[in-house]
Amino acid sequence: MEFFLQILINGLSIGFLYALAALGFVMIFKSSSVLNFAHGELMALGAFLFLVLSTWARLPIVLALLLTLIGSFSLGFVIERFFLRPLIGEALIEVIMLTVGLAIMFKGLMLFIFGGDIHSYPEFLPKALAFHWGAVEVPGVYVASFLAGLIFLALFGFFFKYSSQGIYMRSVADNQRAAMSLGVHVRRVFALSWAIAALVCAMSGIVLGIINGINVHEVSSIGLKVFPVVILGGLDSIGGAILGGIIIGLLETFTGGYISTALREVVPYIVLIIILLIKPYGLFGLAEIERV
Amino acid sequence: MGSLAWQRSKGFRVQRLQFHPCGNFNETYEQELTIFETDFGRLCLLGGLLVLFGIIPFLSHAYILYVINIIGIYAIAAIGLNLLIGYTGQISLGHGAFFGVGAYSAAILATKANCPFLIAIPLAGLITAVVGMAFGIPSVRLKHLYLTIATLAGQFILEYVFVQWGGLTGGAEGISIPTATLFGIDLGTDRTFFFVIFICFTVMTWMAVNLIRTRYGRAFIAIRDNDRAAEGMGIPIFFYKLLSFAISSFYAGLAGGLFAYYMISITPEPFNLWLSIEFIAIIIIGGLGSIPGSVFGAIFIITLNEILGHATEFLMNIGASIGLGITIAPLREFVYGLAIILFIIFEPKGLAEVWRIVRSSFRLWPFSY
Repeated sequence: MEFFLQILINGLSIGFLYALAALGFVMIFKSSSVLNFAHGELMALGAFLFLVLSTWARLPIVLALLLTLIGSFSLGFVIERFFLRPLIGEALIEVIMLTVGLAIMFKGLMLFIFGGDIHSYPEFLPKALAFHWGAVEVPGVYVASFLAGLIFLALFGFFFKYSSQGIYMRSVADNQRAAMSLGVHVRRVFALSWAIAALVCAMSGIVLGIINGINVHEVSSIGLKVFPVVILGGLDSIGGAILGGIIIGLLETFTGGYISTALREVVPYIVLIIILLIKPYGLFGLAEIERV
Repeated sequence: MGSLAWQRSKGFRVQRLQFHPCGNFNETYEQELTIFETDFGRLCLLGGLLVLFGIIPFLSHAYILYVINIIGIYAIAAIGLNLLIGYTGQISLGHGAFFGVGAYSAAILATKANCPFLIAIPLAGLITAVVGMAFGIPSVRLKHLYLTIATLAGQFILEYVFVQWGGLTGGAEGISIPTATLFGIDLGTDRTFFFVIFICFTVMTWMAVNLIRTRYGRAFIAIRDNDRAAEGMGIPIFFYKLLSFAISSFYAGLAGGLFAYYMISITPEPFNLWLSIEFIAIIIIGGLGSIPGSVFGAIFIITLNEILGHATEFLMNIGASIGLGITIAPLREFVYGLAIILFIIFEPKGLAEVWRIVRSSFRLWPFSY
């Protein structure tokens, strides 16, 4: 029972992390239908930026966090402006390959600067966050990641529901041409969605770094795990991304704990294939009816 | 037409030697379908084949020959992938694993079943075609990015099988393959294997070029351009999509089989997602929907790989002698990614288009504009 609970908690926290990572992904997809293969690398970039600011430059944690978020926000703008904008209207494979190229480039850059070792942040979370519940122990980082996730979710919920930019983004996602004719600045929306996505990526990268330490290879493999998560939840559903993340996280840890550790890495992809065959638009995705 | 006609003697056959017309005046479907517009092109091909088989293997340095062999293997796989992505419009991120399936099938056939080389290679292709078809089944319902993600999942599942099915694949240690012999000739050297690879390459290219001109190829292109219209015209889409997956995987499997024999021992390591991406990079840089493009792309990527590999080694030696402990190896990935991005942004039709522009500017000189 203890083992079960521990696995449950591990699974939930990993799942929450996936959900957080998937959030940025869904954001980009929702507004510009770009499948972003550089997702993990964006996460790693954010995490490393925070590392540089907090441990190398020795800035206070809050300031470092703020600067990281600002930095990755502008990085998103730059990426959209210089790499994605020339490709508006081009074939899907070119856009996909461009993000793959970006991923490789960023990965090479980070390996060059930081090497392939694991880096870790200094302890800065208050000890009070950790709690024991019977024999089950919940480390503080998990609680922190959970809280961070909740805050972000609430923020994005409000952003999309009430702010004008959020409504613009939804309108562009729904029908680009109609949005444009109603005076929505579509290109600005694209830029903004990449910027916000990069910011969310950085945030989830930092949380990941706090839990596991940051390693370029590991973070970029988590970037690929986002695919099963978003497919399960539905590519354009934020709620689906969260639920999908948690389901995939639980599935992974339970397979790892009870069946075999080697299977753990593949299980999300097996689920992915099954979901694609049975219900391709996922749990909450918008089903575009198109039968050929 | 811009052709020169010579009358041999009174009233006999008119021998026409065709040069390039200064314009595109196709009048019949046959003209449009021809592979060579002029006799000059046919002559070039003959000359090229002569150089390829008569001169290159005998004059090249062993290392250069090795690089050329690898280019040949990659080009075969890339042509197959181009049939799938460039002509049928179905994106596959699993071709690295399909290549691996071919390599493993050839290795297992050679070691466990004592299959001779001549049978093992096509069989490896066939096995891979079946596997590729199995992973192509999601394409019944899925299109575009959903299919891309499905093939990505296929890549990871196959990688898992390579490592975990130890009884068959030898797990992480892999399999070593005995040297192949063909008609009593030992294929252990680079030069003899060069002939095997490039005979396969020539045959497969010839098949691909002709496949596109048949009803199958036209159906592929119709599906790529507009699948609904294709369905409306009575093309059974699912059948052709699966066929495309099968043919494309056959190419990948055959190339994989050659790779296994050439490398002598194989491990699961090279057949990862990176290889799939490399294949797609080859056809994007070479030119989607162009058979010569796939070959150009293979030449470009493999050469880039080798140059970057040597450059990093060189720089590392310099760094070591000065006393700098930086590793420059990741710079290779950086340049690689940059090359992909630059091509997509500035020349999305790839090297095939560059080649066409260069050629026509020569042809139209001095009035090229």
